[in-house]
Amino acid sequence: KLHSRTESSSKAAFLDHSETLWMRMTCKHTNSPVIDAFAVPKWLSMSSGCILALLRWVSSFHGSLFPHLTLSSEDMIAEFSQVLNWSDCVVRAFAWHPHTDKFAVALLDDSIKIYNPKSATTPTLKHRLQRSVAAVQWKPLCASALAVACQNCLLVWHVDPCSLSTRPSSGCAQVLSHPGHSPVTSIAWSPSGSLLLSASPMDSTMMVWDVAAESCVPLQRVGGGGVSFLSWSPDGSHVLASTPSALFRVWETRMWTCERWPCVKGRCQSGCWSPDGSRLLFTVQGEMVIYALTFTDAPGQLSHSGPQAAAVVADLSETTFSTPDGDIVVGGEIQSLVWDPRGERLAVLLKGDPQAADRPAIIAVFKTRANPIFELLPCGFVQGEAGAEPRLMQFHPNFQHGALLTVCWSNGRITHVPFYFVSAGVPHFGLSGSPLLPHPQQRPADFVNQSLFTEFLS
Amino acid sequence: HQVICWRAVASIAWAVLLLPPITLVFVIISKFSFLHPIQTISECLYLLTSASGIFSFILLCGVILIVGFLHLEYYTVIPTIACSKIALLGQLLHPRHFINSLVHCFMGVIVAWCCAVTMGLRYETLGYPCTESDGHPQMCLNEYHLILLLAGAFVGFSHSLLGVIYNMNYVSFHTVQQYKYLRFKRCLPLVVKCSATQALYSVRNYIVMYLFLGKCPFFMNKMLVAQPIHLLTALNNFFQIDYSVHPLDSIAGLLDLSLLYHLWSSATFLLLTWNITLLLFRIFVTEVYSFPVQSSFTEDSHQCLPKVLTEKQPMILKFLALQDLALLSQHSPSRRCEVFSLSQPGGHPHNWNAISKECLSLLTDLTQRLVAYHDTVATNGRAKSLSSGKDLMSPRPVFLMKTPASVFARSVAGTPQSPLTSLFTPDLDSPFASPALRRLTAPVDQCSPWYGTVQSPHIMRRAPKLWSTSTGEVEFQKSNISFSTHRSSNIQVLSNEVLPEASSQALFADSQAHIWALEGLSYLVQASFSEDQFGVVQTTLPSILSCMLVLQEAVDRHFKLPHASSKPVRSTSSMGDSTYKTLRFALRATLKTAIYRITTTFGDHLNAVQISAEHRKRLQQFLEYKE
Repeated sequence: KLHSRTESSSKAAFLDHSETLWMRMTCKHTNSPVIDAFAVPKWLSMSSGCILALLRWVSSFHGSLFPHLTLSSEDMIAEFSQVLNWSDCVVRAFAWHPHTDKFAVALLDDSIKIYNPKSATTPTLKHRLQRSVAAVQWKPLCASALAVACQNCLLVWHVDPCSLSTRPSSGCAQVLSHPGHSPVTSIAWSPSGSLLLSASPMDSTMMVWDVAAESCVPLQRVGGGGVSFLSWSPDGSHVLASTPSALFRVWETRMWTCERWPCVKGRCQSGCWSPDGSRLLFTVQGEMVIYALTFTDAPGQLSHSGPQAAAVVADLSETTFSTPDGDIVVGGEIQSLVWDPRGERLAVLLKGDPQAADRPAIIAVFKTRANPIFELLPCGFVQGEAGAEPRLMQFHPNFQHGALLTVCWSNGRITHVPFYFVSAGVPHFGLSGSPLLPHPQQRPADFVNQSLFTEFLS
Repeated sequence: HQVICWRAVASIAWAVLLLPPITLVFVIISKFSFLHPIQTISECLYLLTSASGIFSFILLCGVILIVGFLHLEYYTVIPTIACSKIALLGQLLHPRHFINSLVHCFMGVIVAWCCAVTMGLRYETLGYPCTESDGHPQMCLNEYHLILLLAGAFVGFSHSLLGVIYNMNYVSFHTVQQYKYLRFKRCLPLVVKCSATQALYSVRNYIVMYLFLGKCPFFMNKMLVAQPIHLLTALNNFFQIDYSVHPLDSIAGLLDLSLLYHLWSSATFLLLTWNITLLLFRIFVTEVYSFPVQSSFTEDSHQCLPKVLTEKQPMILKFLALQDLALLSQHSPSRRCEVFSLSQPGGHPHNWNAISKECLSLLTDLTQRLVAYHDTVATNGRAKSLSSGKDLMSPRPVFLMKTPASVFARSVAGTPQSPLTSLFTPDLDSPFASPALRRLTAPVDQCSPWYGTVQSPHIMRRAPKLWSTSTGEVEFQKSNISFSTHRSSNIQVLSNEVLPEASSQALFADSQAHIWALEGLSYLVQASFSEDQFGVVQTTLPSILSCMLVLQEAVDRHFKLPHASSKPVRSTSSMGDSTYKTLRFALRATLKTAIYRITTTFGDHLNAVQISAEHRKRLQQFLEYKE
């Protein structure tokens, strides 16, 4: 059964209650029709009209500088979320626990379910403030804490793994909010579990939360108009923070200084770090390539020893494949990138074109090799059932036998796609030994182009 | 220690350097008039170059210097938490704080005088020439000047009182490291906002007070101006007239908007300069200082991290050393390597031993404190006052002084071995769990010196709480106790009103040190998995694990008490740092993370570690991520 709900709102049934106490008092005192109570001196109405016009003009000017500021908060989350078509997506967010086999799923009806194979109960988390969930993430080095990015605030749930309750009370959730910091579209825990970062496209500051103390340190830099996407490198030394304009920053987490990276074309859409934190892959909206930035190991400072320009490592321009069902165009803009925790497989979610039937959204998988030079070797595609398109994906953080990609589909299914391989550190089968076993629910990818790809595996 | 002094001096120097721009802004604000902008500028320029302007500026610099040195004298890294309202009153009346308040009061007057000189016009002088009704010239009192001076005194006094109430002398350390300039830039708008609102409230209170006590300045003036008797009567006569002209202590007189504006702007100026000095002091003093782990020269060895860690005084150095330890264990492999290294002749891991021993003793100390507190609460429902009295008794070094219970416990367990071995051998891990010891520890509190001075069992419980801050003043205490027997019903009402969760806050007042100790230890243990070549960490791993698990148990038990897990109200619009209110939550989170850090790193290897069965069971929970 799909956990979806029509977005019917009861808002229209009620009128805004804007009559203030003062107005009511005036009404009572003068005992006159309401109209009289609004009779104010002409100069007052004139001047307030002027001020309003000025304010509107200023805000429209600001809006023209940063067009995203005029979006509604739902649209904004949909625009900047890592999920493809977030607004109609049944599964809005997904997070594996970093240490155990359990995951949290945020659904369209704003509830969050926690699935754990070792326990029979699946707790459902609901909270008054938990609306329009854009991202969820488990706290590292902790069994219970789950951070949720909501429309108006940030929630940190403490779900006792031993509890048998299926509906933890909202008392288990900490509410973290800061004026002007909404909607929250991206969150990132530090790998050491001590700090939580949150970002909102409306707010040019990035918040560093000390969750236990419920205090935050705002980190502000001029420019960009907000922060849309955050990614903390696995070694904890750097943070990628992309802004809604053609600019992203790479923060160094020791002293919290940042490096500006202006892009030529559009904003940084997605990014991911190599496991050792030395390499950053990112994509830019409007371009069909993956860029790489390499950081040297010097801890604490990346300013001048760092790279001067990003290098293109993969070109994903549109290519036509002929399949039994007809031609398919693959390639184009990239929605999100994920890298498996061992740094051997890179999954790329391609947006496709919702209008054209022959250009579906698809996941392309690459093998990555760091030595002798960094390169991406095409590995295969992941496609779902007929009519289902991938919306969201994440690698399992500690899969013993290789990599396990979890994909959330538009029809509400969640599938796990295992990649069995032996780590490149111990060459076993030579280069070709990477059998990809399909998940039972997984239909084999139904197209192949041997000439382009060095290997194709089911 | 020198480092701290230099940092304080640097912060004061910066505060003095920041004074000219602030003063300039103040001058412009106070002189500004919409109608004559050019005249405003020329007046400002004239004032800044005039002798009185320069003199008042020098005075202001002197005030900043004194404020800075007062911060250096009064700052603390462990806040004093009053557990009841009476205790808070006691703190306020404590001679040390009272002197501080008086000095602030006096400096407030000086700043207000400077403001008066700056604003000029009707505020400039205390007296002005006037002619009496019979025609001969006289000096009259300028009430506008006086009201400004008194406002300065009032604002200074209330600032220092609020400082005691909100623990403004408490210096907290930050989890997020930033450069000083960035930190200052971030805090500056906040400080301006705080100062403006605080000034607003102070001026409001002052106006209300002046409204009721407005006659006093006049009488005071009569006493202050020791003039020949005929002048006094003349003054007196004059004021009868003046009073009818400028009735400043009436509502109408005080509703003078320009007066209010000037009062508020000068109060804001005063608070802003002081708060900026405080902010700079905090930023400079809490900056990370990197201690050398080991030194090749013996004369420098007292500056090394293991040595500084074990020293008791000053506290700030210990805190800085712990902060440095937490950071080095996290970020710098080369310094970690020094920690794990062996001494050159002999091959002993002195560095690691000293560091781990100190961290473990800190954690054990906290465990014992928690156990003792819990036991008193468990044995006696009303024992809150007892423990709170105990905490108050040691305004500063809660952390150094062993609490009576813990001292006792240690002396019982204290075989002639070194404290490390006696406390951390697995079988002695939870000596507090045994009922015999519990019974033994309980009476110690009853025998604490505070109980010797009181006779009546009725007051026995309250006395330490009431006057414990006046340490050493037994005389005062005794006289008051007799007083309290007369008014015991009154006192009872007041003293029963224990501030909720304050005792819990007081227990964890110095927990920042424990948090760093936990972080430092856990990161070092994590790093030792791959970096420790000689296996020096392995030998202490059982004691580290059991120490953390015992603490975890104690903390869990503490959070089951009422009030312990209730969140404090967050106040944002005050200069006081309320970090200490949430330290217990931070400690709980850090402790869990620290244990998980060790268990995830070592995984199943931990099964080979020698620990007691009870702890092994607990550890298994962590290994399965069920905590």
